[in-house]
Amino acid sequence: MLIKQLSVFIENKEGRLEGVTQVLKEHNINIASFSLADTAEYGMLRMIVSDPDEGRRVLKEEGFSTKLTDVIAVKIPQKPGTLHEVLKILFEAGLSVEYMYTLATAGRDTSIIMKASDLTKALDVLKQHEYEVCTAKEAYEINNISTNNV
Amino acid sequence: MIWNETKECMSRDEILNMQSARLKKTVSRVYHNVEFYRKKMQQLGLEPGDIKGIEDLNKLPFTTKEDLRDNYPFGLFAVPQSEVIRVHASSGTTGKATVVGYTRRDIEIWQECVTRVLAMAGIGANDRIQVAYGYGLFTGGLGLHYGAENLGATVIPMSTGNTQRLITMMEDFEVTAIACTPSYLLHIAETLEEVGKTDSIKLKAAICGAEPWTDNMRKEIETKLNLKAYDIYGLSEILGPGVAADCDAHCGLHVYEDHFVPEIINPDTLAPCKDGEVGELVFTTITKEALPLFRYRTKDLTSITYEPCECGRTLARISRFKGRSDDMLIIRGVNVFPSQVEAALLEMGETSPHYILIVDRVNNLDVLEIQVEVEERFFSDEIRKLEGLTKKIAHVLQSALGLSVKVTLVEPKTIARSEGKAKRVIDKRKLI
Ligand SMILES: [Zn+2]
Repeated sequence: MLIKQLSVFIENKEGRLEGVTQVLKEHNINIASFSLADTAEYGMLRMIVSDPDEGRRVLKEEGFSTKLTDVIAVKIPQKPGTLHEVLKILFEAGLSVEYMYTLATAGRDTSIIMKASDLTKALDVLKQHEYEVCTAKEAYEINNISTNNV
Repeated sequence: MIWNETKECMSRDEILNMQSARLKKTVSRVYHNVEFYRKKMQQLGLEPGDIKGIEDLNKLPFTTKEDLRDNYPFGLFAVPQSEVIRVHASSGTTGKATVVGYTRRDIEIWQECVTRVLAMAGIGANDRIQVAYGYGLFTGGLGLHYGAENLGATVIPMSTGNTQRLITMMEDFEVTAIACTPSYLLHIAETLEEVGKTDSIKLKAAICGAEPWTDNMRKEIETKLNLKAYDIYGLSEILGPGVAADCDAHCGLHVYEDHFVPEIINPDTLAPCKDGEVGELVFTTITKEALPLFRYRTKDLTSITYEPCECGRTLARISRFKGRSDDMLIIRGVNVFPSQVEAALLEMGETSPHYILIVDRVNNLDVLEIQVEVEERFFSDEIRKLEGLTKKIAHVLQSALGLSVKVTLVEPKTIARSEGKAKRVIDKRKLI
C-alpha cells in the first residue's frame, strides 16, 4: 500500500521551518512523522501528516513549494538485524532506497518510511518475505494508534 | 612622460580646429558609405555640408548599442571588407555579439592611444610588461599588447587564468609593469602576500581598467604592491582600452580628443550637461575608418572638465565613473545584462524567471550569485535532483554569460516583486 508523503522546500533562513509548522497547526493537521534533510543552502522537509492533500493545499496557499510523493511504510520487528534484512531483500531485488526515516516505534514493531526506486516491486518482494506494510490510514493516524496502545 | 606633446598639450582653440576639420571629413565619408547614417541624416533633413564644424556636432543623430546590434555584424562599417584587418566582439544583451572592426590605420591609432597611456604611467622601452587581460575577441589583451609593443616595452602576453605562472614569471623576468583588471591585481597582491613574495617583485606601475573601481582601491593596490596604479578607460565600440586614462595627478581621465569627441548629456532629456555636471558620456569618433560612430551613447555616467591639468596636458578630463544609466553590470571585466540571465533561464525552461543577481567582491574577486525561485512544477523532493537542477542552471548561465555563477535555490515568492521595474540586482561591491 502506498502512502502519500508531503515534502516542502525550505530555505535555510530563520523562521521558515516554523512557518510550515504554524500553517499546519492552524489547519489542525497533525504531523505523524518527519525527516529534515539539509544542504548548505536549503532543507527538504518530508512529512507524513494526517491529511496530506489538505496539508499540501494550505502550504501552497502560503507560497511554499510542496510535493506529494508516494512512499511505503514497512513494519519491522524490534530486534537486531531486521533493518539489515529488509534492505538486503530490496537490494537483492535490484532496488535502491532514495531515503528512509522512522515513522513510529509503536509496540513491538518499528515502522520505516522508505522511498525505493520501484515502489510496486518493493511491496511485492516485501510481501514475499512476509513483511507487513502500513495502510495509508494507519500511517496518517499512527500517532493516535500509538497513543491508544500505550 | 608625455608621449605625443603636440597632440596632448594643444591649446583649446587648436583642439577645436582639429576636431572641426576631422569631424567634417568623417561626416562626409560616413554619409556616402553608411546607409544607416545617411538615412538617419536624411530624416533629420541634414546634409554633410550642414556640419560646418565641431559646434554643429549636436545636430548629428545619436547612436546606441541597439543600432550596432540591429546592423550585426558589419552593417555600420564604412569601408570595404578588404580594408578591415581585424574585428573584435563583445557579448550583448540578447546573446548577439557587438562586432567592431579596424582598418590598418585604426589599429595604428589604437596603439598610439595605448602608448600614450603607458607613457603617462611612466612606462618605457626599458620596462617589461605583463598583459593579463584576456586575449581574443575581447579588446583588452590585444589592445594593451599592441600599445606596449609600439612603446618598445617588452611584452609578456599572459592573458588570464594562471595566477601561479604569472607570479613566477613576474619574479623570474623582473617584470616592472602589469596591465589587468583592478580586482585581479588585488587578487595577485594577496596571492603574493600569502607566499611571502611581495618584496621580491619589481613592479612599479599598473594599468588597470575594464571594470569600475574606486580611488580607495587604487590606494590599496599601490600600498600593497608598492607601485603606481593608473586607470584606463575604453569601450570596443569606440576603440577598446585607450579612449581615456588618468595621469599622476589622478584628477580625472584624459580623453584623447584628437580622435574622440566627448559630450555629457542628460540621459533622459538628451540635453547637454554643464561642465562638472554628471550625465551620460557620449563619444563621436573623428578618425575611425572602419567603424565611425556619431554620438555613441556609452551609458556610463560621469562629468567632464576642460581645465588644463597640472601634468601639462590640455586634454579634457572625465571623472571616475559614477555608474551606468542602464542596468549593465561589469563583473570581472565581463558585461552582464540581467536580461541575458532571464533569456537563458526561460530558454532552459526548468525554472521560474524569478531571480535576483547578487554581485559581491570576495577576496577582491567579483563573484556572481544568482538566486532562483524553486517553482512547484520543478520541485523534486530528492536532493540529488535539486542539486542536478542547480548544476544545470549554473552551466546554462556560464555559457550564456561567459562567467562562473553560484546558483542558490530559494523558496517561491521570496524574491521581492515590486510594481514596475523588478529589482533584479543587488550589487554589494560598494564602488562609489
Ligand atoms: Zn593630467
